[in-house]
Order: sequence, then C-alpha cells, then structure tokens
Amino acid sequence: MAADILLLTLISLPLLGSAIIGLLGKNLPKSVVGTLATSMVAGSFICALLIFSNLPQNQIVHLFSVVNWEDFKLNASFQIDSLSIWMTLIITGIGSLIHLFSIGYMSHDEGFYKFFAYLNLFIFSMLLLVLGSNYFVLFFGWEGVGMCSYLLIGFHFSDIAKGTENSVAARKAFIMNRIGDVGLLFALFMLLATFKTVEYNEIAAKVAELKLASLLPYAAVGAITLCLFLAATGKSAQIPLFTWLPDAMAGPTPVSALIHAATMVTAGIYLVVRSNFLFELAPFTKEIILYIGLATSLVAAFIAMRQSDIKKVLAYSTVSQLGLMFVALGMGAYTVALFHVTTHAFFKALLFLGSGSVIHAMSDEQDIRKMGGLAKKIPITHFTFLIGTLAISGFPLLSGFYSKDEIIAHALMHNPIVFGTLMVAVTLTAIYMFRLYFLVFHGSFRGDHHTESHIHESGPSMTIPLIVLAVLSVFGGILNLPGIFLHKGAHWFNDYLNANTIGLNLIEPHHLDKNAALMLMVVASIIALSVMTWAYVNYAKRGNMAKSDEELTGWEKLSNAKLYFDELYNFLFVKPTEWLSSSVHHYFDVLVLKNGIFGFAGLVEKTGNVTRKWQNGFLSSYLLWMVLGLVVIIGSYFINK
Amino acid sequence: MTLQLLAIILGSLTIGSALMVVLSKHPIRSVIYLVITFFFISSLYILMNAEFLAIVNIIVYAGAIMVLFLFVLMLLNLNKQAEPTTSLFSKLTGVLAAGALFSVLIAALKDSLVLGKNYVPSNPNVGLVENLGNLLFSKYVVPFEVSSILFIAAMVGAVLLAKREKQIID
Amino acid sequence: MIPAVSTIGSSLDFFVVVAIALFSIGCYGVLTRKNMIVLLMCIELMLNSVNLLLVTFSKYYGASDPQIFVFFIVVVAAAEATVGLSILIMAYRSNKSIDIELFNKLKD
Repeated sequence: MAADILLLTLISLPLLGSAIIGLLGKNLPKSVVGTLATSMVAGSFICALLIFSNLPQNQIVHLFSVVNWEDFKLNASFQIDSLSIWMTLIITGIGSLIHLFSIGYMSHDEGFYKFFAYLNLFIFSMLLLVLGSNYFVLFFGWEGVGMCSYLLIGFHFSDIAKGTENSVAARKAFIMNRIGDVGLLFALFMLLATFKTVEYNEIAAKVAELKLASLLPYAAVGAITLCLFLAATGKSAQIPLFTWLPDAMAGPTPVSALIHAATMVTAGIYLVVRSNFLFELAPFTKEIILYIGLATSLVAAFIAMRQSDIKKVLAYSTVSQLGLMFVALGMGAYTVALFHVTTHAFFKALLFLGSGSVIHAMSDEQDIRKMGGLAKKIPITHFTFLIGTLAISGFPLLSGFYSKDEIIAHALMHNPIVFGTLMVAVTLTAIYMFRLYFLVFHGSFRGDHHTESHIHESGPSMTIPLIVLAVLSVFGGILNLPGIFLHKGAHWFNDYLNANTIGLNLIEPHHLDKNAALMLMVVASIIALSVMTWAYVNYAKRGNMAKSDEELTGWEKLSNAKLYFDELYNFLFVKPTEWLSSSVHHYFDVLVLKNGIFGFAGLVEKTGNVTRKWQNGFLSSYLLWMVLGLVVIIGSYFINK
Repeated sequence: MTLQLLAIILGSLTIGSALMVVLSKHPIRSVIYLVITFFFISSLYILMNAEFLAIVNIIVYAGAIMVLFLFVLMLLNLNKQAEPTTSLFSKLTGVLAAGALFSVLIAALKDSLVLGKNYVPSNPNVGLVENLGNLLFSKYVVPFEVSSILFIAAMVGAVLLAKREKQIID
Repeated sequence: MIPAVSTIGSSLDFFVVVAIALFSIGCYGVLTRKNMIVLLMCIELMLNSVNLLLVTFSKYYGASDPQIFVFFIVVVAAAEATVGLSILIMAYRSNKSIDIELFNKLKD
C-alpha cells in the first residue's frame, strides 16, 4: 500500500479510538473498551512496520493548508523519513504493550474508559509531534501531549485519601511544561522571522545555502537553538525544569511507563535531533546542553540514592538517563542519543511496568521499606525486573551496555572531565538500581501480614508486555553494535538514520582505536559487576537501610530531601507569585473595583433619592416647570433670530 | 381718533378685570369679574368687525359657561374659612414665571411683521354672519358635524360622572 | 415696537399685546390659585386670549377662517368646562375640599 495512505491511517486510528471511547465508552463493557484501544494502537504499529519495511526516501504527505499566503505558509503535512518512522515504531510498539498492560492494571478502576480515551489521545498527539513535517504540527503535538499528560497524571483527582496531591502534581507538570513551551513559541517566531518558513526541509535548505554564501545569521540561530533547548528542558525534565517528573508519579503506573519513560520525555530529544542542522551551527548552545545534561544526570542520580518510593527511584532514574542523552546531544552525537532513547524506552518501560506489577501484588503499597523477599512470590515480575535492572546498569552485552558505552566513548574523546563525571553518574545509576532491586525482591518481607497474604502474580495481560520488553531489553543492542564485534552489520542504526533524515549531521562512529574501546568496555563491565556484588551483600544479605526518613543524616538526608529543589522553587517563584496575586487582589480588586463599582451604584442611588422628591404630586409645581420650559423653548428659538 | 382711544381704554379695562379675576379672594367675585372680562373682550371683537363672534362670545361664554360655574360654586356652598391660601413664595414664583412668559412672547414680536406700518385696511364684511355661515357650511362642515358628537360625549360624560353611586345598605 | 399712543388704534399690535397679557395673567392664575374652580376659570381666560389673537389676525388678513376657528374653540371650551366641573364635583365629594394641593397622590 502507498506509504501516505498508511501514514494517514496510522495517525487517525488512535484519534478514532479516543473519540469512540470518549463518547461511547461509558456504555460499553470494559473488555470492548480495552481491546478497542489496544487494537487501535497495535494497528498503528502494524502500519508503521509496513512503512518501515518499504521506506520511501523522505516523503512528505500534505494534508491541508491552514494558512496559504504568498510568503507565509502553515501546512498540516507529515513527513516519512527514518527518524520519524523510528520514533513512531517506539511510540506505537511500546504504546500497545502498555495498553495491554493497562487492561489488567486498571481493571478495578471505574474511570476505565476515560483512561483509555486519554491514552489514545496521547498516542495521537505524540504521533503528530514526531510525524509532522514542520514546527507547526510539532507544536500541536507538543501541546497535545502536555495536555494529555496533565489529564493522566491527575487521573485520580477525586481520590479522597490523597487529597489534592494528584491535581497539584498534574498542575505542576503542566505549568513547568508551559514554561518550556514559551521557548518553543519564541523559537517558532524567530524561525519565521529569520527563514520565513517552518518546514524542516526548507529551513535545512535555506541554512545550507546561507552558509554557502556566508550570510548565516549566527546570532539568530543561536537564539533559536537556545529557545528550542528551553522547550526541551521543560518536556524532558532537565535542570531547572525537572521537579515535575517525580511528582508526576502520582498518576497511575501505566501512565508513568508510557509518558514519563518512553515517549513524552523523549520529545525534547526528538526536537533537538530534528533541528540538528541548527544546533550544529551553535556551538555555544551545545556546550550549554552538554553541561546541563551532565549536571542533571549527576543530581538526579544522587537524589535517587535514598528515595524510598519505588516509583520515585525510577522517576529520578529517568531524569538521570535523559541527562545522559542530552550529554550525547551536546557532543553532537545525535544518533547515539537516539540509540539510547530506544534502549532506554525498552528497559525503563519494563522497569515501570514491573514496578506496577509489584505495586499491584502489594495491594497498592509503594514504599520499598515495606517490601522484600518478593522474588519467589512473583517470579515473572521478578525475573523481568532483574533484566531491566541489569540493562540499565550496563551489564555486559545487554542493550543498555551498548548505548551507554557509545556515549561514554564519545565523552572520552571530547573532554576528560566530562568523561569522569559521566563515569560517576553511571556508577551511581548502578548503585541505586541494584539497591532498589535487592531491597524489593530479596531479604525478608518487611510489610504487614495482611498485605503478605495477598501477594500474587499478575495475570497474562500484565505479564506478556513484561516478557516482550525484557526480550527487547536483552537483544536491543543488536541495533547498533560497535565495530569491534562485527565488521558487517555494525552500526546499523547509525546508517539507517543518516540515510534518510533531513540534514542530519552525522558524527563519525568514534575513532578510538581498538584497544581503547575494548578497555572502556571492560572497565564498564567491571564497574557494573562489582556494584552488583556490593549491593547484594549490603542490601540483600545485611538489609542495610534506614527504617524511616527521620533517621537519615548527612548526605543521605540531602538525597532523600531531593536536594531541597522543591523548597527552593517554592521560595523563589511560588511565594512571590502568591504574594503578588494577593496584593493585586487587595489593592486593585477590593479597593478600586469593588469600591469604585459599588460606590458608583451608591452614587446613582443617592442621586435617585434626591430627584425622587421632584415628583411631589402638586399640580402647580408641575405647571410651573412646564411654563418655564416653554419660556426656554420659545426664548431659544427667538434668540437665534 | 376716538376709535383708537376707545380701543386703548377697552384694552386696558380688559387687562384690569382679568387681573381682578386672578387676584380676588372670593371665588364669586372672580366669576363676576370674569364675566365682565368677557364683555370687554366682546367689545374688542366689535371694534375689529367680528360682530357675530362678539354676540356668540356673550351668549355662550358669559351666558352659559359662566352661569354653570356660578351654579357649581353655589352648590358647593363653601364658607370663608374653606378658601385655600397661597404662600408668598408661590405667588412670587408665579409672578416670575408668568412675567418671563410675557416678556419672551413680547420679545418674539420684535422682528415679526410690524402690523402698524404695513397695515392695509381689509374687507370689513369679513365678520358678517352670511360670510361666516357660508364658510362654516362649505369648507368646515365636517368639524361642525363632529362637534355635535363632541357635545354628546361631553353630556354623557358629565351626567355619568356626577351621578351618585348607589349606597349599599347592609 | 410699541408705537406712539396716537397711532395705536390703527395698528393691531396693541390687540396682540393685550392677548399676550391676558394669556400671562391666566398663566399666573393657574400657577398660583389653589381653588379648583378659579383654576378652571383661569384656563377659560387663557382660551379667550387665544380667541382674541385669532380674531386680530382675521382682521389683518381679511379672511374669515380664523373666526371659524374661534367658533370651534368656544365649542371645545364649553364641553371641557362641563366635564371639568363634573369631575370637580366628584372630587369634592370624596375630599370635602376644593384645595388642589390635597390631590397629590401621583407623587412617589
């Protein structure tokens, strides 16, 4: 089938699903709703696979023109190239697995149909984001995912036990995303002003020709890239806009898996990769990206060390891994970053879904201090979670190992300080992930007896996605094997992307000589394995962990308290805003408006009281005024003569 | 010459008696003065060759309407204390308002036709009965007939209004 | 505008002035007097001043039409006086007084 028809089908299926479920879902049985939603996304995945198998060379599918003037065009058009189809495969593939998982996980929820309507809507917006052929459609998708994220995080907004916690978290996510969106809007305006167009291919062409003529406005491009990075910071939770992501764990676990591990947070990475031809011309911005990514990676890893909620550990882990991807972007290694996006999607979704399964088994308990020794009781979840942990820690030959290794190799070539910090971050990652794993699944059970009696393995709708993702996490590294292992078929992903993406400036696969590369891999493996053993001894055997938050001291306390970022933001931004709005309310609303308007009404009333006395009912006074009026009329008529 | 003098005298007397109408305290005296005023106005009509109107004025106005007023006044049979008085303030404002009206109307005549300079004596037969009758029954016959309906309405209204309501004996 | 006394009779200005004076006097009476019957009489005075004016202009233009008008004004005045007096009698019956200031129920 023609690629453009497949593309349009692929985009409209989730939208259709969302509309049907949203409008009619209340009356449909749960099984129908779940199957419909999942099959829509699975259908999109199949269409994407079909396109992928027969990829046309950078085709643009034009749907309609929103604005079509001579020098200003905004089109609703989509683009089929390697990058967008790859992202679509990830979104729809992992999306359909998570839909399948949600059928089991949300089966007791009464907002079942609403959940799937939102999920499908989210998939649709994300597809718009990655498949758009210009920044305009990307912006639509960008806002759409922000809105769906808000709706889904605050899904249980009427949960009595949690009070307003869910809505507050949703609002926080939305507001922080909005701050980033300002960056995207400014970038959009500047792009229009500088290049008069928003289409990716047209901008890339103009950039190339301007560069050839040495007329490129470097300042404008620098400003544009900075604004784009601000948008990416908001969406992908980097410093300073990252505090929303851990709070967003208030949403149901499938939401965390889909949105905050695999898809929405990678929108920022996608944006930077898509605009790579701009970023290549702004080395200053790239430096900023590099250092912010590095800082975020380190800070998040540090905070994750002493978190006690299973989902919060995974959330900070996501932030840290995203920082890693931004480090790669800052060094210009776009394909490497995307490779890490892919592998991270696999194992992070796996970890989140696994944690969902654990929470489900523990009757909605999320505190790891109350878990322990679950390995024998929920074997499938345990085994897949173990694979996820090994993958993220860089256990040799799993997918995470390859992608991290590429990034570290690039860092070594780039700057030794960056390399050193990155190694620290990677080590910390391994430490906190293994801490999580051992505390949850090994040792003795620390919770109460009632919960213990209810521990059960989840049904097939929840375990099948776990197994599939585990397989992908193990073998995902095949996509981009480094050259020392194979001579042919290596760097498949690298080549695939570069073949067909607009303006993608590829960095040559690192030219470390064979020995250095091998040495690096060995070092990484040793770190991973040694951390694993130490963690096993420390946590599984000795069960070395604090029983409650108050017992922590020193660096542990800092880590647990999230480095007081939330308190800092509260002090710097939230309190002044509240003060401002309350003083405006007092000075303007109350004093000016209220007194002015009610004072005016009072004035009218008083005037009325006075003029009311004029109607006294006496004929002679009425006649008097009539005569005087007559005098005035006649007089004024004859005065003019 | 005497005609002009006569006109002045009669005019002044008219104004004088009108003043007495509004200024006298006793209502019966006001009625009498008003009748006298009507007589003087009729004399002014005669001076202007409108004989028929003069006679009509006396017969209808002074003869019928004023008698009616007198009837009602006698019917009410009020004593002296019942006569309402007006305060000095309202008299002053009345004088001011009426005076203002008077001056404005006189001032309005300033630029109008100066009747004296352009006066051409006209047909003195204008006020004769034949001429008036001719005009009344040819050009103005419709208002003439309609006025009869007006009279019927007035009579019916007057009778209805003045009837005493039946007393309910309980 | 007011000419010398000797020529006053030959001009009709004087009659116009008389009419205006009568009108103002009637106006004063309506504004000031509280006795309802005297009020109605002052209204009749004002109507007569208008009649005088009309007759003056009939003499000036040499047309009979204004005199027909006067005729009708007299007709209307008669009807109005009749009805006015009967209303007055009814009002006297309910209030036992003919003071017009007692009829102020149309106030606020």
